[in-house]
Amino acid sequence: MNTATLSETTLCARQLSRQYGKHLAVKPLDLVLQRGEVLGLLGPNGAGKTTTLQMLTGNLAPSGGSVSICGVDLLEQPQTAKQRLGYLPEAPPLYREFTVADYLSFAGRLHRIPSGRVWEAVDCAAQRCGLTGVLNKMIGTLSKGYQQRVGIAQAIVHEPDIIVLDEPTVGLDPNQLREIRAMIRELAQQSSVVLSTHILQEVEALCDRVLILHHGSVIFSDSIAGLRALTRERTLLLRLGTPPPPAALLAIPGIAAVESLTDGRWRLRCAADGDPTAQIVARAAAEGWDLQELGTAGANLEDVFAQLTQESPAT
Amino acid sequence: MIALIARKELRALFGSPLAWFVLAAVQCILGYGFLKRLDDFLQIQSQLTQLNNPPGLTELVAAPTFATAAALMLFATPVLAMRFIAEERRQHSLTLLLSAPVSLTEVVLGKFLGLTGFLSIIALLVAVMPLTLSGIAVIDFGLLAMLLVALLLLTASFAAVGLYASSLTAQPVAAALAGFGLLIAMIFMGETAAESLRSRGWMAASALAQTLSPMKNFEPLARGIADSYAISCSLLLTIVFLVLTIRRMDAMRLRG
Repeated sequence: MNTATLSETTLCARQLSRQYGKHLAVKPLDLVLQRGEVLGLLGPNGAGKTTTLQMLTGNLAPSGGSVSICGVDLLEQPQTAKQRLGYLPEAPPLYREFTVADYLSFAGRLHRIPSGRVWEAVDCAAQRCGLTGVLNKMIGTLSKGYQQRVGIAQAIVHEPDIIVLDEPTVGLDPNQLREIRAMIRELAQQSSVVLSTHILQEVEALCDRVLILHHGSVIFSDSIAGLRALTRERTLLLRLGTPPPPAALLAIPGIAAVESLTDGRWRLRCAADGDPTAQIVARAAAEGWDLQELGTAGANLEDVFAQLTQESPAT
Repeated sequence: MIALIARKELRALFGSPLAWFVLAAVQCILGYGFLKRLDDFLQIQSQLTQLNNPPGLTELVAAPTFATAAALMLFATPVLAMRFIAEERRQHSLTLLLSAPVSLTEVVLGKFLGLTGFLSIIALLVAVMPLTLSGIAVIDFGLLAMLLVALLLLTASFAAVGLYASSLTAQPVAAALAGFGLLIAMIFMGETAAESLRSRGWMAASALAQTLSPMKNFEPLARGIADSYAISCSLLLTIVFLVLTIRRMDAMRLRG
């Protein structure tokens, strides 16, 4: 793939908003996606992620704004635009009484793959999603992980330019989670991917860019590096054999808060500037605190939210 | 695209036990009714020959069987139709059709064709029963064809009403009951309202009541009269409810 196609804009939403009665579910948001990018939509339940994805895929009419798919307006020419979209909703839209092969070929034909080429496309999608072994099984008899894969296969069978996945890893076990994440990364080599999740680690593992939604408004929109800067090493975990009074820890420069956990463990929240790690080690050695463990704790979504909602001016 | 969706609906129906149960139950009832009437016909056959212009086998045996089939459709259609939209919404599989590059009109027409296609199997099986006698008895093929047309038109209007009811809610059972209630209400309107309105001289209102009543349009056709008014009323009713269904599905997209 050359650089010209890589920088091609596939998805562009302008001032997209949705209202339910008087309730603003999604406040006007802008969104631009290049080919080969993975965009993560991050937010707690009820933040407006699903509503946004439904609008991007033409399943829900927006109250305002526009969506263009590869330059085609979704609201004016829905059929041309939808042909270039693949969508996996929160609940995979499966026909339980169909075999995987029949279901995928129907999905392919529905997305206007000519009947002569449809089985080729089904085989290709099944291979990419690891479904070759279960093609002749009824969807209803498959496990949840396999059903999720069938859902993804239906979204990619027509090789769309944009793949929209609504919480693709919910309810999967750790092995399936890893496989599906690897699959999504692979899909992103040819298409753009938009996915929603409420797990911060998932965004860090998969996405190039991230959009954080909170109560329907965008509170953060940046590259993944920007998000890392926000969440990096803000919390230290340590375990001391003979701990000092909390005030002694708090006195170390660069530590903003101290919290005592069970079993001699401590959680230290660091101030935005400076790294107190070296100081802690030095003090522990000098004063005989018996340092047993020292590590960083990954920031969780609540911390990021707390920080973002505090930093952003009230709107 | 319409044919593709219709084929998918038929395949989904035949993949479920419900469709086979309906086919078997309807066929059992109709088969019994047909044989009973045939038996009665054979008993009175000698008396019939004394009449000047005696009614034939088709009129006395086939026509009542078609009438029973029409009544059974009244129960079968809403139950089958509930799967088409309401159940798909509940199982979240409707999203596949809604996010695909097909228009809502294509989706609704595809589902309508799938449902009428399935019900036509019942209608054809009803027509086959008198045909089995064609070697040994005189069959009025004109009347038989007209009976089949009448049943198919009735089926189409039932299917359209059933689909509309199915689009009203995501609860399949509620959808089936709504469809059944709607059909019953429309039939009663045709039976009572049409007569009383006509007797008061309100011809336009009476005509409207007849348009709305699938059974009222079935009757003249089932007597072998190619009543163009009844045929247009049936088609109009079907189209109106299909348009309502499409609008209803579009409202889901707009309102969420």
